[in-house]
Amino acid sequence: MSRTIENVVCTFCGCLCDDIVVEVDEDENGNSGRIARMRKACANGRGLFTHYDPTPQPPTVDGRPVSWEEAVAEAARILDKADSPLIYGLSSTATEAQRKVVELADKVGAILDTTSSVCHGPSGLAMQAVGEPTCTLGEVRNRADLLIFWGCNPAVSHVRHFARYSALPKGTYTPEGRRGRTVVVVDVRPTASSRTADLFLQVAPGADFEALTALRALIQGKTVAADAVGSVPVSQLASLAEQMKSCRFGVVFMGMGLTQSRGRDMNVSELFTLVAELNQYTRFSVLPMRGHGNVTGADQVMTWLSGYPFAVSFARGYPSYGPGEFSAVDVLARGEADAALIVASDPLAHFPAAAARRLAQIPAIALDPVPSLTTQAARVVFPTACYGVDAAGTAYRMDGVPLRLRPVLRTARPTDADVLTQIIEAVKSC
Amino acid sequence: MLGIVNGTVYDPPNGINGEVRDIWIKDGRIVAAEDVDRAQAQIVDAAGLVVMAGGVDIHSHFVGAKVNAGRKFRPEDHRDHVRSRTSFSRSGAGYTVPTTHLTGYLYAEMGYTTVMEAATAPLVARHTHEELEDTPLLDKGAYITMGNNHFIMRAIQAGEREKARDYVAWLLNATKGYAIKVVNPGGVENWKWGKNVGELDDEVIGFGVTPRQILDALTWISDTLRLPHPPHIHCINLGQSGNARTTVETIQALDGRRAHLCHLQFLSYEGEADRLPRSGAAAVAQAVNAQPYLTVDVGQVIFGPATTMTSDGPLQYRLRQLTGHKWLNDDVESETGGGVVPIDYKRNNLFNAVQWITGLELFLLIEDPWRVFLTTDHPNAGPFFCYPQVIKLLMDRDYRAEMCERLPARARKGTLLPDLKREYSLSEIAIITRAGTARALGLTRKGHLGVGADADVTVYPALDDPEAMFAHPRYVLKGGEIVVREGKLVREQPGRTLYVAPDYDPTIEADVRAHFETAYTVAFENYPVAPEYLPHAEEVICSL
Repeated sequence: MSRTIENVVCTFCGCLCDDIVVEVDEDENGNSGRIARMRKACANGRGLFTHYDPTPQPPTVDGRPVSWEEAVAEAARILDKADSPLIYGLSSTATEAQRKVVELADKVGAILDTTSSVCHGPSGLAMQAVGEPTCTLGEVRNRADLLIFWGCNPAVSHVRHFARYSALPKGTYTPEGRRGRTVVVVDVRPTASSRTADLFLQVAPGADFEALTALRALIQGKTVAADAVGSVPVSQLASLAEQMKSCRFGVVFMGMGLTQSRGRDMNVSELFTLVAELNQYTRFSVLPMRGHGNVTGADQVMTWLSGYPFAVSFARGYPSYGPGEFSAVDVLARGEADAALIVASDPLAHFPAAAARRLAQIPAIALDPVPSLTTQAARVVFPTACYGVDAAGTAYRMDGVPLRLRPVLRTARPTDADVLTQIIEAVKSC
Repeated sequence: MLGIVNGTVYDPPNGINGEVRDIWIKDGRIVAAEDVDRAQAQIVDAAGLVVMAGGVDIHSHFVGAKVNAGRKFRPEDHRDHVRSRTSFSRSGAGYTVPTTHLTGYLYAEMGYTTVMEAATAPLVARHTHEELEDTPLLDKGAYITMGNNHFIMRAIQAGEREKARDYVAWLLNATKGYAIKVVNPGGVENWKWGKNVGELDDEVIGFGVTPRQILDALTWISDTLRLPHPPHIHCINLGQSGNARTTVETIQALDGRRAHLCHLQFLSYEGEADRLPRSGAAAVAQAVNAQPYLTVDVGQVIFGPATTMTSDGPLQYRLRQLTGHKWLNDDVESETGGGVVPIDYKRNNLFNAVQWITGLELFLLIEDPWRVFLTTDHPNAGPFFCYPQVIKLLMDRDYRAEMCERLPARARKGTLLPDLKREYSLSEIAIITRAGTARALGLTRKGHLGVGADADVTVYPALDDPEAMFAHPRYVLKGGEIVVREGKLVREQPGRTLYVAPDYDPTIEADVRAHFETAYTVAFENYPVAPEYLPHAEEVICSL
């Protein structure tokens, strides 16, 4: 027998498309076996649902299967023994679990960081420096007549973004869809996204800040005494500046091409300032293209519980903020953390060598629905349910819109929140 | 079981004005003395102390998307204002925008036990409820912004009031909200075209309706649905010189219908546009005094740091242009918008001094304390924990005169304030901080100490200095449990989320579903807030 579930939310990326249709094969008792068919999802989202095996697995300690109680006791022992535990991850779990993570970090005096710090952390710093004029994705769909994608490649990373939210859809004040919009891509190389654009500006690697500064100057009516800035001809920048001032509702989407290249938060501050200034002429917004499905939720939860979006230390008994000081890569590379709890992330696969080396040396606890390099190396591993596939929860879209994740498969595994609740009860208060 | 004995009780709704009484508590409620076995009861000796119901804040921005954006972009606000975890409480940080647990602790430590979140965009109501659940010790609810809602404006334009009414009822159910909030009606929609409204009869672009029509429809809808709290209205032209005129016109346009005007101080200025304002409190207070079904809160300015945050997008942009400070804006699809800008109110800034004077004049010129309430529009005019400072200004005219003297002479020139000799009594303070707000919210078990009331009780030391007295209650009880002693938190427990669930014609859902196809990027099915988000909740019946 098969059961069809509509309006399923996909948590692969920050788009959180909520129109997915999933067909599940079930036995006569309603026990769901596997996902038979999916409609509307992109290849990325399809993989998230179909590659996940929801069969319950026992937790392990040093690779040995143990009871959940035993694993929780070992995790608590590791955290109790540590002087400076690091908790990291969060972007691929639900806010229900993220709230528990902060509670745990508070109780044991941990350093707590999220994947934001290696992703859009610099966008957060820019927002703290200069603010951020933004809007929800529906405003983009319904109003935007000029779209600029800067340092991002949604055709690959956020596959349905163009179709659902930005370039293509017809909205309240955009009845012509794609024909009524101008799409500009700025990047260091041609991409799948740039090939669909009306205008592609190829900026020299590391020169985004200069190009943005020149644009700000041109928008303010100043002359730029150069033929090209960051390899982009000034005539092209000047014509873009004119388009930006004369559009009706402009939106810039920006990605890690700005946040993780030379200049980082300075690049983003320059862009956010540019967008703010454009509101003297017309309406303009900017949206960071958040990657992981609930990384926006991680920012939100961290902020309402600690005051800061990432890189927080609870070691003094209260939250202290320190990007560069309390961000996971730096803490590990300096050899400061002496135990780690990783929630729904694979830092061992992605961190710089020095940080990864340290992480592999210290006792680690991992909560993850799927095996990874990090779970392979961790002393304690909890194979938890996957929110949005076999567990209910909450995730925040890249524009801050929170959505309810409903399970399509019957929940047989404990959730991250369940396990964290048990660890919180088991650890000593520091 | 618990008894608070021999305290001097101020309980205006029950006609008790400074009489020595015993208060008895059982199962979280106030009960009659004969229902308690005194031998078994815990006794709190309140001899020489002042006993009031727990404070009820009718307007505060303390949770949700806008507040959290304010927290995120103001690390400088939190750095020097931290609280350490204890064996029973969480750590926190923040001054004008504290974290959720710290907000609950600070309110409780000031003797407040019920707080209403002043503005939630429907699309992100789920976020508000997640934060409400993480705000302990308080009973609370959320007002839902509707003054720029596309569905409502279309229905008004088509002359289909009943359709708008059913939609509002559906929306309150879907968001688990408490009341209709109106922010700059029509102006926020026009801001999406880079414009605003300036008059009640200006047109909303693309809808052919006016602020007057929106207010008219929403006050009618609220009355028809018998909502416990009437529309909570942030008028047009907030913060602008000369807005006293449009505020008075708005009051007249309400035509005697029930309504609440929030942070009236920001809407009571005389003077020419873009020039230094003068207080327009006299004219506005006169208009308020003439409308018996109108309540207001003041939004008193507190000198020092603040964070402005409203759903009034064009206002927040104006503040950015005025201050040059960092600016957040967030336009929300088909519903509303909003922004955040930090601000620092300075005694020697002429505009800020006029704002301070205007707020106090409103308090002193609006005659009926049951219709004017203490707020700082937290954190817009200052943080909520400064309420005791305002109470002192209201109760002590010598102190008020002394503070006024310290303002720049040009700001004081020609103002009424030095001549206003009124002093609030303790009973009147009880009204403007709990009894009156509870009544305006339609919360029949809050704001008083009669039998059947919730056992939310604050016991203050009887001090000559009202600021010291109200800043550090001797005891605070929430739901019958002592949560604060000697001004310090001793216990954490969850509070309840209060919501309304008005009836509506279910056929409206087909129209709403069709509206979602064009207006939203989320599915109709994924929009309503499920009951899981309110594990501690109580429905307030629509019966007013």
